[in-house]
Amino acid sequence: MFLNQFLIFAAVLFCIGVYGVLTRKNGVLVLMSIELILNAVNINLVAFGAYNSDIGGQVFALFIIAVAAAEVGVGLAIVLLIYRNRRSIDVSEADLLKG
Amino acid sequence: MLSTILAQAIERPEIDWHAVSPELLLLGGGALVTVIDLIFLERARRFMPTLTSLVFLVALVPVLTLWGQGDDLPRVMWDGAYVVDNYSLVLKGLFLLSGYVIVLLSTNYMSEGDYYDSEYYQLISASVLGMLVMTSARDLVSIFVAIELVSIPAYLMAAWRKRDLKSNEAGLKYMLMGVFASAILLYGMSLLYGLSGSTKLSDIAETISIGESKPIITLAIVFTVIGFGFKVSAVPFHTWAPDTYEGAPTPLTAFLSVASKAAGFVALVTVVIIAFPGQAEVVEPLMWVFSALTMTVGNLIALRQTNLVRMLAYSGIAQAGYMMAPLAVYGGIEDRAASAVVTYLVIYAAMNLGAFAVVIIAARKTRSAEISSYGGLFNYAPGLTVAMTFFLFSLAGIPPVGGWWAKFEIFRILTEGNEVGGISLAVIAAVNAVIAAFYYLSIAKQMWFMPAPDGDETPISIPPSLAAAVGITLAVTIVTGVLPGLVSEMTDFVNVALP
Repeated sequence: MFLNQFLIFAAVLFCIGVYGVLTRKNGVLVLMSIELILNAVNINLVAFGAYNSDIGGQVFALFIIAVAAAEVGVGLAIVLLIYRNRRSIDVSEADLLKG
Repeated sequence: MLSTILAQAIERPEIDWHAVSPELLLLGGGALVTVIDLIFLERARRFMPTLTSLVFLVALVPVLTLWGQGDDLPRVMWDGAYVVDNYSLVLKGLFLLSGYVIVLLSTNYMSEGDYYDSEYYQLISASVLGMLVMTSARDLVSIFVAIELVSIPAYLMAAWRKRDLKSNEAGLKYMLMGVFASAILLYGMSLLYGLSGSTKLSDIAETISIGESKPIITLAIVFTVIGFGFKVSAVPFHTWAPDTYEGAPTPLTAFLSVASKAAGFVALVTVVIIAFPGQAEVVEPLMWVFSALTMTVGNLIALRQTNLVRMLAYSGIAQAGYMMAPLAVYGGIEDRAASAVVTYLVIYAAMNLGAFAVVIIAARKTRSAEISSYGGLFNYAPGLTVAMTFFLFSLAGIPPVGGWWAKFEIFRILTEGNEVGGISLAVIAAVNAVIAAFYYLSIAKQMWFMPAPDGDETPISIPPSLAAAVGITLAVTIVTGVLPGLVSEMTDFVNVALP
């Protein structure tokens, strides 16, 4: 069983996702980068599940897919709201509130 | 593979209906609220707050009856993935009561603004349901689902004022950071699952707690703890919190800074105490740094805020630093560290919700949350001023009101091990308590001694629901401070059922 390849693939995907979240300014692309991280997690879980011949990992991955869909649904609704009010989904322009 | 799935599907797990009835009642109540809204539409708007608060109170009944049967606890379900023990019962009571107080705070705010209010109450009950599940979850899958059930409705509620750009921005920042934090947390969880071959916390504890340290174990723990760090707004992952707190509707700010933060803490404590007892040498330094940074940075920024809501937001971040402190020394005294955190959470919930209730009442007259607008409050609202002073004293940790006992418990846990880590953190916490007392008391000074900014001293009309919210929180704040024996009994009572 080749576990390493899957883990390295997932780690690369995770890093691309984190890079995307930190550098992208477009709200939708940030959400897509987060999806990349979640898919890295799913690959990890399924690979570990198959390696340990345990079904828990695949069940966990199914839960993540379902919850991520809800998350993105809410996320896109909020991005759409921003677009309606300011005609732009550039995250860096959202600076009315200064931390 | 298929045969194993079928075998598991056919073998129906035992369900302890009494033990899960708080969750089921809240689920049924939330569904009822939704259906009534769909049938009666506009006509139902007036009854929604009352109905939702009744749902919370009804769900509280089985929590009390379970508490009454103390001997049967802990009740373990689904092969140890879901546990009802003293720890989860106290927290369930806390979450249902804070949900009730939040509904009281929202009633007038929501019906007087141009908001969609029926949906708001449905989302509040969904979020509180997530918190109830969180207190009992002892499995990575259910912890993840619970934390998302808490967060997703909160993202929507933060952006509730649809046409207000500030509220939109609050929702966007909260949502992006929250989803990113969940993703990081999940990556840590996937590594934990890979190491142990099980999603149950007790199995993870057995595999990774042999005392050996491997880089991969450290990596998994760091990712998991950082993910929770975002959720509880620990510095340096706190940047979303002040913006979200300022832009969101004020009752929701109270909800986020009390209930939602407490839910994050419950998840953090559960995972650290149950799954990482053998990895204290990895978790403790991490928590030490988080705790010291969180309380110092939170307090220093709170010091120069001129808006009371933002100040309470930063002071809430600082308070989270104190709550994290017991986890910096938890090795060997897991139970007592957990109960110190829970004690702090209960008292913090009461005093902070109370402070927010006063802010909401005062804003009905002044239309502002600037600290300068609180001048002269004593002249036209003496009762409110006295209540706020109690809450501020409690937040600062001055006896005889509740906050001092919560801080005392933290200091006791930190210093009793006589280790460098604990004592140095206690010193940092003590210095921070002094800084915090300064800005809390400056608000009290503003209310008692300064003149009203525009000379307008007509009395405030306080709606009954807001008066009730102040009354409940004030009673809890004072009772926990005057009768610390009561709290310490509860503290001894709160013990996590360790496998």
